[in-house]
Amino acid sequence: MNRTGAGAPTAVKGTPFHERTQALCQGKNWRRWSGFVSASSYDLTHEHEYHAIRSAAGLIDISPLYKYRICGSDAETLADRVVTRDITKLAVGQVCYTPWCDSDGKVRDDGTLHRLADSDFRLTSAEPTLLWLHENAEGLKVEIKEETEQVGALALQGPRSLNILNEITDGALAELRYFHVIQTQIEGISVHISRTGYTGDLGYEIWVDASDAVPLWDTIFRNGVKHGLAPAGLLALDIARVEAGLLLIDVDYMPAHRAVIESRKSSPFELGLGWTVSLDKRNYVGRTALREEQSRPTEWEFRGLEIDWLSLEDAYAEVDLPPQIPGMTLRESVPVYAEEEQVGYATSRSWSPTVKKYLALAHLQAKYAKIGTELKIEITVEHQRRTAIARVAKTPFFNPARKRATFDVVRTP
Amino acid sequence: MTTAREYDAIVIGGGHNGLVNAAYLGKAGLNTLVLERRHLVGGATVTEELFPGYKYSVASYVVSLLRPEIIRDLQLPRHGLEILPLESTITPLPNGDYLGRWADHDQTRRDLYRHSPKDAEAYDDFGTLMYQLAWAVKPILGMIPPNPISPSIRDLRTMLKLGGHLRNLTETQFHALFKLMTMSSADFLDEWFESEVLKATMSASGIIGTFLGPRSPGTAYVLLHHYLGEIDGAFRAWGFAKGGNGMVAESIASAARSHSVEIRTEAAVDHVLTRNGRAVGVVLESGEEIRAKTIISGLDPKLTFLKLLEPNDLPDDFLDSIRKYRIRGSSGKVNLSLSELPDFTCLPGVGPHLRGAISVSPSVEYLERAYDDAKYGAFSRRPYLDIVIPSMIDPGMAPAGRHVMSIFVQYAPFHLKGGWTDTQREAFGDTVIDTLAEYAPNIKDVILHRQVMTPLDLQEEMGLTEGNIFHGDLSLNQLFFFRPTTAWSQYRTPVRNFYQCGSGTHPGGGVCGAPGRHAALEILKDLKR
Repeated sequence: MNRTGAGAPTAVKGTPFHERTQALCQGKNWRRWSGFVSASSYDLTHEHEYHAIRSAAGLIDISPLYKYRICGSDAETLADRVVTRDITKLAVGQVCYTPWCDSDGKVRDDGTLHRLADSDFRLTSAEPTLLWLHENAEGLKVEIKEETEQVGALALQGPRSLNILNEITDGALAELRYFHVIQTQIEGISVHISRTGYTGDLGYEIWVDASDAVPLWDTIFRNGVKHGLAPAGLLALDIARVEAGLLLIDVDYMPAHRAVIESRKSSPFELGLGWTVSLDKRNYVGRTALREEQSRPTEWEFRGLEIDWLSLEDAYAEVDLPPQIPGMTLRESVPVYAEEEQVGYATSRSWSPTVKKYLALAHLQAKYAKIGTELKIEITVEHQRRTAIARVAKTPFFNPARKRATFDVVRTP
Repeated sequence: MTTAREYDAIVIGGGHNGLVNAAYLGKAGLNTLVLERRHLVGGATVTEELFPGYKYSVASYVVSLLRPEIIRDLQLPRHGLEILPLESTITPLPNGDYLGRWADHDQTRRDLYRHSPKDAEAYDDFGTLMYQLAWAVKPILGMIPPNPISPSIRDLRTMLKLGGHLRNLTETQFHALFKLMTMSSADFLDEWFESEVLKATMSASGIIGTFLGPRSPGTAYVLLHHYLGEIDGAFRAWGFAKGGNGMVAESIASAARSHSVEIRTEAAVDHVLTRNGRAVGVVLESGEEIRAKTIISGLDPKLTFLKLLEPNDLPDDFLDSIRKYRIRGSSGKVNLSLSELPDFTCLPGVGPHLRGAISVSPSVEYLERAYDDAKYGAFSRRPYLDIVIPSMIDPGMAPAGRHVMSIFVQYAPFHLKGGWTDTQREAFGDTVIDTLAEYAPNIKDVILHRQVMTPLDLQEEMGLTEGNIFHGDLSLNQLFFFRPTTAWSQYRTPVRNFYQCGSGTHPGGGVCGAPGRHAALEILKDLKR
């Protein structure tokens, strides 16, 4: 009898790049992501990987994202019906970041929508979304295909990302504008390249047929080494996204359809995503509720906080220690106070090695959310709860010009 | 012959509810005696070593509904209760495939995805809804049902609390709750899922212990009933008591004894003694008479009122409603000793799937056909099976390297055409093994011993009327303030000082203990203790 354990056929999977990533993952530091294993860091510490993203380039395997293709004559109608942004204005070759809501206008998920052709869209999501798309496609001429496992995805992020890619494509990449996508080839491998990412930096995401994943990885790597390319894991990415002020589902908000109580749900306005909500486009899921919500003052805002260094120093000085700062993004929610009253909670906190500040992303009651407002955040110093001063700040905390810059010629930054 | 001593309370029947009741009474200082007909306590919650080294959870075989407050109040872990997780359910299919639902969310999703990508998503949505509903309905388990006909102040307060609680439900949740109360489990699941095997195996939770098919209205509620269980705060978690389900009863009995409760086995009660509309004692089958101020029956409503009392002890309309109380046996049990583990075609070899439940429920049609046989007085030619292998979780259940298997079987009608005979029992057992062999072909070669329990056996040995495992159908007309009958749903009876504490009272069957506890709390209230 087979004694190896019959549960095996359904055990967690590696991504299409697993053959390469597992060889590089020195610390065997894996995390689960949507049923796949994904490297937390490749090196024994993630510091170098973070700095690669900010100063050279980092290569991140983002294949576990859920990916769907929406095709057919009503593809635009469906896309427009489900997301909050006006998709009729999304040109072929353009990508948009957008949340999508339930009929009460509460956010289910957020992701990117790529218009690959007039009637051909790719949607990426953090949560499985196939059923929901189908439910909203009633009566439409569309084909919805999940391609999560069939398509591998790599994020190449950082100032050198353009140089690396430009040398292995036909050179048209310099003209690829921020939040645009092209179909091209990398040394004979057919790919989509979008100028998107989760780092708030110059960067690209490369979408490839799973069967070409390993050769693609090798090609990028071979060419990337001289540019300081490093594989980067989720710990490095998590710091970069906080600096960029980008939300993380399940950490900064709970998807509406998973919330068992109403208060766990958030509207796009409450997540700082009001700019993605089009109220006058054709009817879509949640529009009525969002219109209604927009007509009254928002109760909650999602904001950045900068934690005051001197107040941190003071708190630690009392126990004769220098300030202890987190080496990675902390994901436990902590209270935020105005005087003695709790007025919000911070859901992500991270020390930013680039801007040299202790940062947080927080949900704040609207009247305490004005930029510059001085609040207090809970910190724990030697097992004791204390507070440090935290000021409401604009996000992104880090926003280099290269992120959205247009390049005429490729130069080494 | 009269025992000189008078007790404060006598509990008739040492099933888990009777023991819980006695333990709470004992804890409150009442001088309490439990009388059990068999040589061991537990009722349908027993572990018996029928063959040397092989321990069977003869009747009930898993734990989930056992109320956490009982575990806490009686300190059951100190008295030997240890609950081990039963983490997965696999449903083997005739084509060699299977559906697995595992402890791990991703793994479950992958398995569901193979059968239907949409169902993989809907399953999570369904889980979220059932979690919300279980949370909403759970307080009802802990309520003394109000009397809706002539409510007391307290009853009104309870109804208000109930209303207030349900008011917190969203419209969608309320609608779903109503559907669960009225629909069939298969129809309800049709609204959610498309894959046959998922619907079938889930709808099976709706038919367990009922004489209804997956398409019979009312079964959706039983589905919810099975979601109400919790272990360590996690809803819908099922567990296995170390040492078998008998250890649940043993631990409660031990807690009861620690509160000076006296437990007598092989002491079958013949009838309850009444004087002027009051219960004053019991008479054992041996003729021995024992007096007590309060008498409590843990037996089902039929036995409690039709056997223990004389008809003229009770009002006619009450007697009539008890006679009409539906208590139809529909299931049997097959317990096996195995020389080796079963080898399933769908998942060959030894694996984690053998530590969980194995459900033979390949399609809704399969279950409905199984019911069809029973409707007309036959046991199912291809029955629904719910299988666990306790020795995979607790090696103490069988000699090293050997195993025991518990098979819950449905349908087996109590009213079998021609009646249950030894021949019929063996034919029933053979059918179960033949069914299992279609999925695990080696089973016939590895069976060392076999115990077959028909509904008649469950009645004769366990004292379950018609072999109904819940002491009466869990249908809406027999739940909450209708259980067992309107006006007498608060554990009292028309006979003063005589109480009921079995699964025939709210909140019903399963190894739950709440009826026993609630009854004790009501008795103590009446005694102003």
